[in-house]
Amino acid sequence: MDIFLQQIINGLVQGSIYALVALGYTMVYGIMGLINFAHGEVVMIGALISITVTSTLAAAGMPLGLAGLFGLVAAMLTCMALGWSLERIAYRPLRGSPRLTPLITAIGMSIVLQNLAMIFWGRNYMTFPPLLPKVNFEFAGTHFTLVQVVIVLLSAALMAGLVFLVYRTKLGMAMRATAQNPAVASLMGVNINRVIASAFVIGSALAAVAGVMVGSYYEIAHYQMGFMLGLKAFTAAVLGGIGNLAGAMAGGILLGIIEALGAGYIGDFTGGFLGSHYQDIFAFIVLIVVLMFKPSGLFGEKTGDRA
Amino acid sequence: MKNWLSPKSMTGIALIAIALIVLPHVVGMGGQAWVRILNFAILYVFLALGLNIVVGFAGLLDLGYIAFYAVGAYCWALLASPHFGLHFPVWAILPIGALMACVFGVLLGSPTLKLRGDYLAIVTLGFGEIIRIFLNNLNSPVNITNGPQGITLIDPVKIGDFSFAGTSQVFGMTMTGPEKYYYLLVALALLVIIINVRLQHSRIGRAWQAIREDEIAAKAVGINTRNIKLLAFAMGASFGGIAGGIFSAMQGFVSPESFSLIESIMVLAMVVLGGMGHIPGVILGAVLLTFLPEVLRYAVTPVQMALFGKILVDPESLRMLVFGLALVLVMRFKPAGLWPSPERSRELSEKPVEAVK
Amino acid sequence: MQAKLSVVALSVAAAFALSACGQKDAPAPVAAPAAPEAKPEIVVKLGHVAPMTGPQAHLGKDNESGALLAVEELNAQGLEIGGAKVKFQLVSEDDQADPKQGTIVAQKLIDAKVNGVVGHLNSGTTIPASKLYFDAGLPQVSPSATNPKYTQQGFKTAFRVMANDIQQGKVLGEFAAKQGVKTVAIIDDRTAYGQGLADEFRKAAEAAGLKVVANEYTNDKATDFKAILTKIKSTKAELVFYGGMDAQGGPLVKQMKDLGIKAKFLGGDGVCTPEFMKLGGPAADGEYCSLPGVPLEQLAKGPEFKSKFEAKFGYQIQLYAPNAYDAVMVIADSMKRAGSVEPAAYLPEIAKTKLEGVSGNIEFDQFGDLTSGAITVYQYQGGALNYVETLGGAPAAPAAPVEEKK
Repeated sequence: MDIFLQQIINGLVQGSIYALVALGYTMVYGIMGLINFAHGEVVMIGALISITVTSTLAAAGMPLGLAGLFGLVAAMLTCMALGWSLERIAYRPLRGSPRLTPLITAIGMSIVLQNLAMIFWGRNYMTFPPLLPKVNFEFAGTHFTLVQVVIVLLSAALMAGLVFLVYRTKLGMAMRATAQNPAVASLMGVNINRVIASAFVIGSALAAVAGVMVGSYYEIAHYQMGFMLGLKAFTAAVLGGIGNLAGAMAGGILLGIIEALGAGYIGDFTGGFLGSHYQDIFAFIVLIVVLMFKPSGLFGEKTGDRA
Repeated sequence: MKNWLSPKSMTGIALIAIALIVLPHVVGMGGQAWVRILNFAILYVFLALGLNIVVGFAGLLDLGYIAFYAVGAYCWALLASPHFGLHFPVWAILPIGALMACVFGVLLGSPTLKLRGDYLAIVTLGFGEIIRIFLNNLNSPVNITNGPQGITLIDPVKIGDFSFAGTSQVFGMTMTGPEKYYYLLVALALLVIIINVRLQHSRIGRAWQAIREDEIAAKAVGINTRNIKLLAFAMGASFGGIAGGIFSAMQGFVSPESFSLIESIMVLAMVVLGGMGHIPGVILGAVLLTFLPEVLRYAVTPVQMALFGKILVDPESLRMLVFGLALVLVMRFKPAGLWPSPERSRELSEKPVEAVK
Repeated sequence: MQAKLSVVALSVAAAFALSACGQKDAPAPVAAPAAPEAKPEIVVKLGHVAPMTGPQAHLGKDNESGALLAVEELNAQGLEIGGAKVKFQLVSEDDQADPKQGTIVAQKLIDAKVNGVVGHLNSGTTIPASKLYFDAGLPQVSPSATNPKYTQQGFKTAFRVMANDIQQGKVLGEFAAKQGVKTVAIIDDRTAYGQGLADEFRKAAEAAGLKVVANEYTNDKATDFKAILTKIKSTKAELVFYGGMDAQGGPLVKQMKDLGIKAKFLGGDGVCTPEFMKLGGPAADGEYCSLPGVPLEQLAKGPEFKSKFEAKFGYQIQLYAPNAYDAVMVIADSMKRAGSVEPAAYLPEIAKTKLEGVSGNIEFDQFGDLTSGAITVYQYQGGALNYVETLGGAPAAPAAPVEEKK
């Protein structure tokens, strides 16, 4: 039982990170129907920026906690600027072009960002300075660390904040209006360009936080760390119903737990025929099965011809 | 199409034929490596044309296309290598490979029929990964694919006693392995192109186009959208399967790492960059994207030396950087692709369109 | 720089210098014996292939540096082959660890008429490329492709200067059995290298009476191992073996400790790196890993190589640099003995190699694998690798018997 609980904890932490990244995908998708494939790279840039800033400041004698905070802020600011420019350079000029066009640009941007990061930060894995003291908790036979607790709590807080923003503020209302019908929204006086740009900026800030969290959790960062993470988060967003905030969160956490339980128990269930080497498949198989019965994801509304 | 036999088009065809025949020898002056790259380019033309049926003609976004390439490659590898001790002849394996890929195409197609757009994209992506992961892991409990170790010593393409690998005399001419494969590939590619052109202008092609433009309307006019969509997956997949078989034979070795997601993305980039749904455009896209990284590989170092007198940035990282930028810029300034079909560029131009005669 | 040459090589070179006129394809027909002063210079191009981009780029660079050091030393020695002064030149190519690029790059080297190839780094690219080199009759010495299949294909041009996965996995299995553990868990990263090593380890461990209680898997891009480690924890394995690379191994060992797993950790050469210790941090302390060959410190030329390498490139040896260095030396040495730089002429000499390299003694069996295949086990301690013992193959050779300053 403690093992089962441990697996749930493992999945929950991993899932919180997926969820946070998935929010970025889903916000942009919800508003303009675009898969921002480069979103995973924003996470990566966030992690690398925060490493550089934190270790530079720490080396200059600043206490690690404070340096980490500065690193986080720097990462968020950089990523917000990056998100804004991504939208300006790669996506805005393409509005109204065939669906696949911005997808290819996004892939192109993803390649560009990865290689820029490689030129700046080098090819080696970088170690992340331990931002939080290493505290191990033991509870009912399970082990978890302070970092894990912080990740789950911080993700929850950020998601709550985002929900508040979307459903309780003027900007959020403008976002929802744009998502429903951009043309009508703009007739109502909504500045579509600003709304879309802010979706990118907010999503990127969340990505930066996710980057710092991933970095401090695994204590490593690398110019290729964003791609797989982005892909998983995207899967999570689709699983929950892309375009839907609650769906992205649920999808992320669900995906994390499915992966953990899959890796932990599939071997026992299949008598050793399948093992943890099929770990990456479970997410996709669950996705395919869910979509077969609910073609717009778990929480997705019918979007008609949109998707 | 009607005046194929007119003197003018005959000269055109003759010129293209001569160009295709001479090409490997011209390119080969820079070394056989270039002929090999040329062969990969044609292989990608195969793949891009196959994917074009799914994405370009039928408008179904497929991010896991490389899975069919993998199925074809493993079919060849298993049926013509010491792994199972089987050595089937080429005329048997290629159709089997195509058929297997076709079956997998339908297998992928059937559960995803209801899905549209981005949902389809992620499911196909997942499907591609599933195939790769299975290939990577099916070495136990029963060893089928030999797992990550891959399969070695795969037979080259052989017709009778004539092998396409290694240098040999053909009609009194010395031909290298890559050159022989080139002619084989060109012959197959021409066949595929003809099939594609014929398909596009057939009833089926028009049905695909109807689904792409408006699925509900297509259904309303009596098109069996389910079967027609499955047919697109099946046809696209079988071209991928054939390409995979040849790849296997050319390389003599396959392992699952050749069939990663990035390959699927590459092929999709070719289709979109060249001009979706437009056969010449797709061919251009495939050739361009195969050669661009290679050309950059040669160009990057000398240019930096000339400009700065030293190498500031590794040629390798710069090469990928330029490749990424090229994708962005082309999409930005030619969103319908480099060589779009006339209808599509009309749709995209903002000027009012004159009525088509 | 002090140039050293073993007596054997020198005398062989001298002997062959005399017979140089009999050599067919020498690019410089102005044969040397008549006029020893006017030495024509032959440029010998050696191909080097490794991934210079992507996640293994640091290893690719490491190999390249090792080979480069060898080439520069050879040039500084003013080596003569078949009477002509020889200048070595390294033609470095990037195969991106992609099998398709592997064959293109191989063809490029064949076109460039290189005299020999050092590489590739990965088995996945080495194997398809080896067919091309075989067809072209071009000798290929891989410093680091450990997949047994590479040399089992029957290509007489294929050699490697590193113990293969069978040799290493076997030694590691036997080592594990000596640690007083009864149960082991095995993780591999589903790459050709990781899976091959883990399979051989499993066989050896079972043969030595150990019980394999868990077989778990990850991939070479993963960062999270908690799920499989939790599973392993439930089996109460006393030792965890990892077949894979440092980028995953470091975080893996860290997460083991986070989960409170008390089992020992053991890995192959992929994790026996500074990178692993950097990524694993204190969690790596006290755990074990192995490297093919004999430690540099215990070999006559080892420490010298290490200091030269670090002085020249300004960073620590990552992994296979000594092997890449030796691969170049094997080719140069065979050329000397053959008195020719032509592949066809010196290829048979490679098989007869008896060289004391910086990574150990180099002699080949009939497949092109190392006969000795010595494996050394190390323990991580405070960011350094401490020598534990050398197992398998021939014992470490004493310092070179005779040396002559030149």
